[in-house]
Amino acid sequence: MKKLFLLSLMMMMPMFSQAAGPSVQLDSIEVDASDHASLQRGMKTYVNYCLGCHTSQYQRYIRAAEDLHMPPELVAEHLIFSGQKVGEQMTNAMDPKLAASWFGAAPPDLTNEVNLRGADWVYTYMRSFYVDGARPYGVNNVVYPDVGMPNVLAELQGIQSKTCGQVTKTDAHGVAVVDSLTGNPITQESCDLLTVEEGTGSMTPAQFDATVYDLTNFMAYMSKPYKTDSQRIGMWAILFTLLMTVLFYFLKKEFWRDVH
Amino acid sequence: MSNEGVNNPRRRVLVGASLVMGAVGTASALVPFVASWSPSAKARAAGAPVKADISKLEPGQQMVVAWRGKPVWIVRRSAEAMANLVTLDDSLADPASVVSKQPVYVPGTAARSLRDEVVVLIGLCTHLGCSPTYRPEVVPTDFDANWQGGFYCPCHGSTFDLSGRVYKGKPAPTNLEIPPHFYESDAVILIGEDGVNA
Amino acid sequence: MAVGNPNRAKAEKGIIRWIDDRFPLTQMWQDHMSKYYASKNFNVWYVFGVLSLLVLVNQILTGIWLTMSYVPTAEGAFASVEYIMRDVEMGWIIRYMHSSGASAFFVVVYLHMFRGLMYGSYQKPRELIWLFGMAIYLALMAEGFFGYLLPWGQMSYWGAQVILSLAGAIPVVGEDLVQWIRGDYLISGITLNRFFSLHVIALPIVILALVVLHILALHDVGSNNPDGIEIDQNKDENGVPVDGIAFWPYHVVKDLVAVGVFLTVFCLVIFFFPEGGGYFIEKPNYEPANSLKTPEHIAPVWYFTPYYSMLRAITFPLFGLDAKFLGVVTMGGAIAILFVMPWLDRSPVKSMRYKGWLSRAWLAIFVVSFIILGYLGTLATTEGRTQVAQLCTVLYFLYFILMPFYTRMEATKPVPARVV
Repeated sequence: MKKLFLLSLMMMMPMFSQAAGPSVQLDSIEVDASDHASLQRGMKTYVNYCLGCHTSQYQRYIRAAEDLHMPPELVAEHLIFSGQKVGEQMTNAMDPKLAASWFGAAPPDLTNEVNLRGADWVYTYMRSFYVDGARPYGVNNVVYPDVGMPNVLAELQGIQSKTCGQVTKTDAHGVAVVDSLTGNPITQESCDLLTVEEGTGSMTPAQFDATVYDLTNFMAYMSKPYKTDSQRIGMWAILFTLLMTVLFYFLKKEFWRDVH
Repeated sequence: MSNEGVNNPRRRVLVGASLVMGAVGTASALVPFVASWSPSAKARAAGAPVKADISKLEPGQQMVVAWRGKPVWIVRRSAEAMANLVTLDDSLADPASVVSKQPVYVPGTAARSLRDEVVVLIGLCTHLGCSPTYRPEVVPTDFDANWQGGFYCPCHGSTFDLSGRVYKGKPAPTNLEIPPHFYESDAVILIGEDGVNA
Repeated sequence: MAVGNPNRAKAEKGIIRWIDDRFPLTQMWQDHMSKYYASKNFNVWYVFGVLSLLVLVNQILTGIWLTMSYVPTAEGAFASVEYIMRDVEMGWIIRYMHSSGASAFFVVVYLHMFRGLMYGSYQKPRELIWLFGMAIYLALMAEGFFGYLLPWGQMSYWGAQVILSLAGAIPVVGEDLVQWIRGDYLISGITLNRFFSLHVIALPIVILALVVLHILALHDVGSNNPDGIEIDQNKDENGVPVDGIAFWPYHVVKDLVAVGVFLTVFCLVIFFFPEGGGYFIEKPNYEPANSLKTPEHIAPVWYFTPYYSMLRAITFPLFGLDAKFLGVVTMGGAIAILFVMPWLDRSPVKSMRYKGWLSRAWLAIFVVSFIILGYLGTLATTEGRTQVAQLCTVLYFLYFILMPFYTRMEATKPVPARVV
């Protein structure tokens, strides 16, 4: 029976990993809710470039101020452009109906965007706009084809377009294929390379990636603002229940000495 | 089964420790349930300090602002009324506001205000929470033939002077409450925060 | 006081005696705790009953608290869940306790049911315990289904849509029935309101009542044990079963260890993996319900997926019934057949320990099929997966249908007189 139990456990293992993935290889990042400097920079980018069209209608400025270790007065002064109070939620004055007519669909609320799509998605998406004259805003996106959103970070990133060139060949799992004789990676021609025209943006590619990382980091924080608390409380809770279990085990052993 | 070990010290220690552990565990588990009843971020945002612009408030006028859903009165009293207030002490229950609720930085004088003639009061009777009416005129009324101007509570007849001080022999036990407030500028009072006074 | 049981146990004196003269407190304590004797050879499989009770208490408590801040309207539901998660002080803990608790409930209940299958706990004289238990399982599935709509996310909405559409497969009345359940031409705030009412009032009352019946029936006939021996066949001079030990304090302290382990795992989930990798809270549920847009991949919550798989496995018409209706029948049959379990098992012994290898093999096949079906139910279908699901569905049913034969055919081992 024990074997059966183990077998059933093993059978259940694959259930604890998310099944389907997106079609494009996403760039992987580690978000860090304890990096307040990054989160503060991310929030600045967010309110400057995102909040004009999108909302974060479940996130309050004051909560971000407290969690990101910023004085509420400074947040009110530098990060609130809507004239709202610091205790209010991060919304904008855009009429959703009007917005829908501009963009094809009302820009979605972004409070839960990272919960919905994951941090990797957001990070890759924001860096994957490219010039496409067929689209209303002149740009398309590799991660979200035909998205009705302009590249709001273009002034930072510069003009990015699809070009052709040699890329490393990868197998179905995204692992580079290596020439078995020379050990060199095998390359192939691809016309899906994204390259930025030098000098068209105010940031270097590295600076831009860092900016998008901070932005994603902030959005990841916003998706679960209680995460830091959760991990802190969780450590103590588990420590306590473990201790309790050990104590109960000795209690049980003591009582069961009566049983013969 | 036998009872040989029932009363041994080891068992008593283990039972005691388990009881303590269980009690601590239960109490900790109840924390979220208790905490969730305190004002939420939404309630706190709605109850945030409010600003009142008093630049257009004429002598003798009262303005009402809502703070945490309660009426807060701001009254600019006339010079005559100010002079009259100091003469009322004998007929008042708590003329120096000793037992009444008001921030420490508001003096217990007849004026009960940070800046002379402007008084800030929570407009709820300290008896049972009705909102008294503003009756500034010094004229005989049906509830007081010798009315000196102030507030009258229609629910149970408590009367207050223009500083919110309760008259003797009325159901209200204490003077009207003064909320935390401070002058952000000469024209703007922020109600709900101690500000520079703290 | 001539009415009632004149011989019932009473305390000597004091406040308890005062109560005992008016209410059978001491008698109840003895019947269910201090003089309820259960076999001393209970193993780890016997803790899941107590754990279900613990999870039930958790669900009721956290549920009451969630109701305090939840808004059961199409306009307010999603935002109110976010309000609980973000604005209510520690509300996220309460919500995660409830959402993870739902999954935990099914984990412990499935393990509890497996224990019953393994040790023949449904056999005479415990048929009613099994039936009450199955009724609880059914009520629990309804409770889970209604509760899953309440967050009003995309997965809530479309999951409910799919499951509700099942009823539409019933010939003649199907479509009208679905419309009647929804109370609208689509799942709307009206549906949400009635599901809310059923979730927070109707079903909890039913479940509580059934749990009481389940336990009363159990405490009347006594617990089974891993050997499947009736311990009251062998009593000492005081009428105490020689292989039994009192529930209080012995089984209680034993169960406490299990409670400790369970709470540790539960805390790990709540605080570190509350979404259960997308199986306890699905990603699309972070988007408010939208009746015009279906998420790319929808699947019911994991505890429904075995049955969902069976539903999808039926891709062909049979006996003049179309595939859709047949799928619903299969799904219903898979649950219904569990009810008649006590009458399918013809073995002279209860426990798997003394049954033959056929019984063991079939139980293993059943469990593996059930888990594979559950896994497949979370994935999108492909031709290969559907074939596997079809095979597993057949095996699932064969476990039950062949049971009267293989349990009678196989050679069993002799059951000892005393527990080992």
